[in-house]
Amino acid sequence: MRSSHRLALAGVAAAALLAAGCSSSGSSGGSSGGTNWASETSASAGGGMNALVTAAKSEGTLNVIALPPTWANYGNILKAFTAKYGIKINSALPDGTSQQEVNAVKSEHGTAKAPDVVDVGQAVALANTSLFAPYQVATWSSIPSAQKESTGLWYEDYGGYMAVGYSSSYGTITSLNDLLGPKFKGAVALNGNPTSANAALNGVMMASLAEGGSAGSISQGVDFFKKLKAAGNFNPVSATGATIKAGTTKVVFNWDYLNLPSYVGVSNWKVFIPQNAVLGGYYVQAVNKGAPHPAAARLWEEFLFSQAASGGQNLWLQGGARPVEQQAMQSNGSIDKTAAAQLPTVTGTPVFLSPSQNTDAANFLAANWAKAVS
Amino acid sequence: MAVAATTEAGARPARAGRRLSAPSWVGTVPFLAYVAVFLLWPTGIVVVDSLKNPAGGWAFANITKLGDPLVRGYFIGSFKLCLLSSVFGAVLGAILAYAIASGDPDGPMRRLYLAVSGVLAQFGGVTLAFAFLVLIGPVGLLFHASWFYSFPWGITVIYTYFQIPLMVLVFLPAIDGVKVQWREASENLGASAWQYWRYVGGPLLMPAFLGGALLLFANALSAFATIAAWENQIAYIVPQQISTALSSEVGLSNVNVADLLALGMIILVAVVMTGYALLQRRAARWLR
Repeated sequence: MRSSHRLALAGVAAAALLAAGCSSSGSSGGSSGGTNWASETSASAGGGMNALVTAAKSEGTLNVIALPPTWANYGNILKAFTAKYGIKINSALPDGTSQQEVNAVKSEHGTAKAPDVVDVGQAVALANTSLFAPYQVATWSSIPSAQKESTGLWYEDYGGYMAVGYSSSYGTITSLNDLLGPKFKGAVALNGNPTSANAALNGVMMASLAEGGSAGSISQGVDFFKKLKAAGNFNPVSATGATIKAGTTKVVFNWDYLNLPSYVGVSNWKVFIPQNAVLGGYYVQAVNKGAPHPAAARLWEEFLFSQAASGGQNLWLQGGARPVEQQAMQSNGSIDKTAAAQLPTVTGTPVFLSPSQNTDAANFLAANWAKAVS
Repeated sequence: MAVAATTEAGARPARAGRRLSAPSWVGTVPFLAYVAVFLLWPTGIVVVDSLKNPAGGWAFANITKLGDPLVRGYFIGSFKLCLLSSVFGAVLGAILAYAIASGDPDGPMRRLYLAVSGVLAQFGGVTLAFAFLVLIGPVGLLFHASWFYSFPWGITVIYTYFQIPLMVLVFLPAIDGVKVQWREASENLGASAWQYWRYVGGPLLMPAFLGGALLLFANALSAFATIAAWENQIAYIVPQQISTALSSEVGLSNVNVADLLALGMIILVAVVMTGYALLQRRAARWLR
């Protein structure tokens, strides 16, 4: 009963208590067959793929965190991994945020529950590289060099473009300014608070690009939402599949792969990406340095970056996300062409935020967001 | 809390044996241990960590951040919401409790209201927000007015929904304690209804009323999930900002800031408690 209106104070205190209570008794590390996979930086260095598979199977378990089953096809990816290798997956906190993943890595350090791998936003990854173990997957050279840390501490995995998802009952949206019209009263939502959620920050940034801003200037986006609020069209509720089905958030800014009818749960759902505001964003994979199942963690990365027809890269693509090895797979023909053809088409040069642009945007929002839309 | 509010009135008579004998003292150990582990220790951690930097070193300058205009805004937001929802909740809840107490003490209406209050006092969070969204959201079944999203009035309406039943639960025992003979006595002495409430009923019930209102204030201060679902994209109150400080994935997370905000909430409660104690002393002056 208390969980409904939770005692925030007690929650904070309890979290602090947990953090303090978990002593850092060193990880036991997994050594099997003579190879200590916790310190191996590639499969070949540890004795090859077969040795890695054997070691991972003997560990028998993989801990993942914050992977919603409907997100970028993760439900099928988890199932496919277990089916292929017979390794059980503990999927903790499926709706967690990137920061919660990192918090779990720290607070559960040394326990068997600690996440073996994380899938986090770029800002969180860059701020926590000391928690990660370097590892280079077999397809390392297929990952563009701008999208990985050179030693393998982190590497981007899949991504997409920021898009406006909307109910097809509105007809067709051709410009962001359409959203200021009276028929969108109380309908337009972001996916979270932009000072907290990465997707929401990028939603504001995309609006900024469309309104004449740049990757270095998010203020035009904040102004756009201020206008949206003044028009009575901004809806501050937490946009979920439930609010979309109930018809309360009929327009949602989110990554294109999270604006698919299959993800939001309604069939009459369309996606619009403004021509002059193509904003890309990728998530980042990393192996926990203190992973309780070091071989399974590394095998999971090999699986995710495999270009096989039933490998992680094509499975993400089938979930509407753009795998990081897409370019290479298009060249070598291993890409699932049907799935690739279904991605929303974009015109214009995609923009990617640099870490410092991301920080500048976050700081600007911290000072100005609440003022603009409240 | 209802108990706490009435202890002064029903102070226990002093026992003959002054010395605290060992067995009776031992009986309090589980309670004290519980308080120490779940209240004092976490509070200590919050206080200590709020004065540190992310690297773990002391940073006493952190405390000045409580004066930052942005941070002050969250505390003003929390204070407004708590004050409004506790005043509305306490007044409306007290009136409802009085109406219930005036009815048949064994009647079905009383049982019905008590049972419903018991359930609704705990109805909150995402489910409550969603219920309001369906009723009064942009495509609400009843109607929609945009002020439901303007802070603090809209969210006050939603908070009041669980504040009123809670007030009924904690205030009803106090009203039940008011004897009908007192009213008859004052009427026999020629008092009007206003005079009865001004000089007899009001002073009698005031300590319990203030205690109830304080409980509602604390209840609103710590509530998080309801507003987190209703005003998801904008932070207005301290618990929302603590959430951002704990879980921001765009680089604004800072556990020490979360601790500092929690410390600020402790200070806010201490200030309100002090005010309450002063008011209570005045309200209960006739008891001495």
